[in-house]
Amino acid sequence: MTLIMMRQMQDNQAGIIRTVKASGEMGRRIRDMGLVPGAEIKIRGRAPLYDPVALRVMGFTLTLRNDEADFIEVEVQ
Amino acid sequence: MSEATFALAGNPNSGKTTLFNALTGARQHVGNYPGVTVEKKEGVYVHDGRQLKLVDLPGTYSLTAYSLEEVAAREFLVNEKPAAVIDIVDAANLERNLYLTLQFMEMGVPVIVALNMMDVAAQRGITIDTMKLGQLLGVPVVATVARRGEGKTELLQVAERIVGDGVRHHPLDISYGEDIDLALMEMEQAIRGAGLLTDRYRARWVALKYMETDEQILALGRKANPELSAQLEATVQKVADHLRATLDLYPEAVIADHRYGYIRSILQQGVMGVRHDRDRLYLSDRIDKVLTNRFAGPLIMLAVIWGLYQFTFTYSEVPVAWLGSFFGWLGGLAEAFIPEGLFRSLLVSGVIDGIGGVLGFVPLIMFMFLGISFLEDSGYMARMAYMLDRVFRVFGLHGSSVMAFIVSGGIAGGCAVPGIMATRTLKSPRERLATILTVPFMNCGAKLPVFALLVAAFFASHEAMVMFGITLVSWAGALLVAKLLRSTVIPGEATPFVMELPPYRLPTFKGLLIHTWERTWHYIRKAGTVILGISIVLWALMSFPGLPESVRQQFENQRQAVLAAAPATAKAIENAGGETALEASALDLQGKLALIDAREAEMGLRYSVAGRIGTALESLSRFAGFDWRTNIALVGGFAAKEVVVSTLGTAYSLGDVDPEETGSLANKLAAAPGWRPLTALSLIVFTMFYAPCFVSVVCIAREAGSWKWAAFSVVFNTALAFTLAVVVYQLGSLLGF
Ligand SMILES: Nc1nc2c(ncn2[C@@H]2O[C@H](COP(=O)(O)OP(=O)(O)OP(=O)(O)O)[C@@H](O)[C@H]2O)c(=O)[nH]1
Repeated sequence: MTLIMMRQMQDNQAGIIRTVKASGEMGRRIRDMGLVPGAEIKIRGRAPLYDPVALRVMGFTLTLRNDEADFIEVEVQ
Repeated sequence: MSEATFALAGNPNSGKTTLFNALTGARQHVGNYPGVTVEKKEGVYVHDGRQLKLVDLPGTYSLTAYSLEEVAAREFLVNEKPAAVIDIVDAANLERNLYLTLQFMEMGVPVIVALNMMDVAAQRGITIDTMKLGQLLGVPVVATVARRGEGKTELLQVAERIVGDGVRHHPLDISYGEDIDLALMEMEQAIRGAGLLTDRYRARWVALKYMETDEQILALGRKANPELSAQLEATVQKVADHLRATLDLYPEAVIADHRYGYIRSILQQGVMGVRHDRDRLYLSDRIDKVLTNRFAGPLIMLAVIWGLYQFTFTYSEVPVAWLGSFFGWLGGLAEAFIPEGLFRSLLVSGVIDGIGGVLGFVPLIMFMFLGISFLEDSGYMARMAYMLDRVFRVFGLHGSSVMAFIVSGGIAGGCAVPGIMATRTLKSPRERLATILTVPFMNCGAKLPVFALLVAAFFASHEAMVMFGITLVSWAGALLVAKLLRSTVIPGEATPFVMELPPYRLPTFKGLLIHTWERTWHYIRKAGTVILGISIVLWALMSFPGLPESVRQQFENQRQAVLAAAPATAKAIENAGGETALEASALDLQGKLALIDAREAEMGLRYSVAGRIGTALESLSRFAGFDWRTNIALVGGFAAKEVVVSTLGTAYSLGDVDPEETGSLANKLAAAPGWRPLTALSLIVFTMFYAPCFVSVVCIAREAGSWKWAAFSVVFNTALAFTLAVVVYQLGSLLGF
């Protein structure tokens, strides 16, 4: 059990979101899409230029930039 | 007949449009929400003498004040007080979709949940107990498959029941944890006591929005009651400080957590069963493995765009030719049956040529929209945004700018007007402004006829390739200008890119046709009204003032002189009546006469108001290779780009005398003196970059919030276009083209 930032996650790595540090609009948009503490996520892959990242949460696929992934702390195996 | 209004709401891609179409059929009306230009669709459903009015709310994930759509949806619910919100919930994606449902319930509007995509959920091994979900949520839940129209009747029965006997409903109050709950209670009392905004909103909801620091409600509250508002904000601040200190969280984060917690607690009470592993690779994911693959993805994307071109141009060729010859035939008919004069000139040169020039391209535009709709409905468009975001960010834009660029004509066709409006989904004002100012560089459906005409006339053997090249150039230009703008007049940070990649779906034929038709109709309507008017105005500009009598007399004298020089041949022509083949001498005489007529017509056009403007500009425009005729057309193009084609048509048919010559405008241009491929290229470049049409300019002013930006785009774009066209023409001339 270790806490890492989402940016550091490998493709196909799974984990559980522990904290979302973003506030304001970015925080709101991240949470609206279901990225809240306790949510299970799995990295699906990255765009051809390695950014944004695509991940699976609550059974659907979401994309966000690495800069935004830096606000999300994930507990991984 | 009683009428009740229902609002249709839901997440993007939940099947809202499909359900709306299934319910209302063709009885639709598209308008705008008051004050903003978010599109508002209304439809009517008639059943058992009862009329239900359905309003399609914008698709949103939430009800915050961050986007115009979400505010428009909120305002509609508060102002129009619909009988209920029919909330379309994607059953295959229940957890996140219910987040919006909760927010409607918190607002206190009656909600009916349409649990859509039940077939997809079943395929994925998800079972949902709709009865139980309804009980736990406290709202009616109806299972639907919008695509097949299933559940439609049940949904309407529930809706009618609500109208009929007003089914009880109670707003939802969720617990957000002790700290926030206590503060909310206190605030709610104060709000109710002072009646702050309670004429429109629930007191608790106002309190909740204060807690979430919702800009819109805060602004309203401050205006209505500054003291109380300050007091409420202080309470919120206290809670916020406390939460920051103890949990290192913002109140809005805690609220969101509790909403999701509430949803999870409901789903865990046996509402939802999942047979397969949730992370299982569905077909969609497997497709993504290829389509967004690091190496294959971009190549496939280029191939898709290229394929769209091939599809559009290959299949529209035949109907375009039909329409072209139809309008040619119509013009010929008018010329044969209406006596020569102003009226015939107006009808043929102003109306038929003008409308024909525009409508002739309808098939082209229709095929393009069909292709674009397919990409949108299938989910591929979102992948393009995903793959291109990194690129767009380099230029100070946003992955979602792709949508605006594509709608504006980034793939082909499209229109800058909806493109400029599509930028509403962009949250950063800076990226949005940069997008708004650069989307008019895309090849909109109105510029396409201009390009298509020039390409057909001068590059016919490489049609698809040249059009593809035009697309690449407009993209490059738009992106570079965006970068320029973002580093000079609109500098600033980048904003978040949080976007859903919807599962791939095979679009329905009906859905595609509706989308295609809506957009094509938009184009035709514009052509039918604005263009017809402008075509007539331009005809007048080109016809008045007429040549002075003395000049006309000179031409008449020349004709008489030619005839008098060979009286026998003139007689022969008269007798032949155009039926029998003429001798060489007669043909020669006819040629001489035609030459005089053409010179007279050309002189007449030059003498007209338009001709004078065009001639005045010629001294400048010749650096780009444009003569006065092209100048007239380009001035007209400011009204709407497709007018460039119709004006060229009018200009050349006015200057053309032989009524038998009904060959297309492309042939005319190819044969016209002063035209060569380089001229066409220079004109293509100029058309691509110069001032947006006035409708777009008005949109820019409105969307950018200032006429300054509108004026900027007119002046800047025209200067840029002219510079580029001159460079192309001069360089090309130097190289001997
Ligand atoms: N399998 C299945 N597909 C559906 C159903 N309802 C809609 N679809 C498909 O889902 C896709 C999206 O549907 P839309 O109606 O365009 O969704 P929307 O919510 O209006 O999406 P936006 O226009 O992006 O806001 C389309 O391809 C529909 O054919 C359904 O019940 N089952």
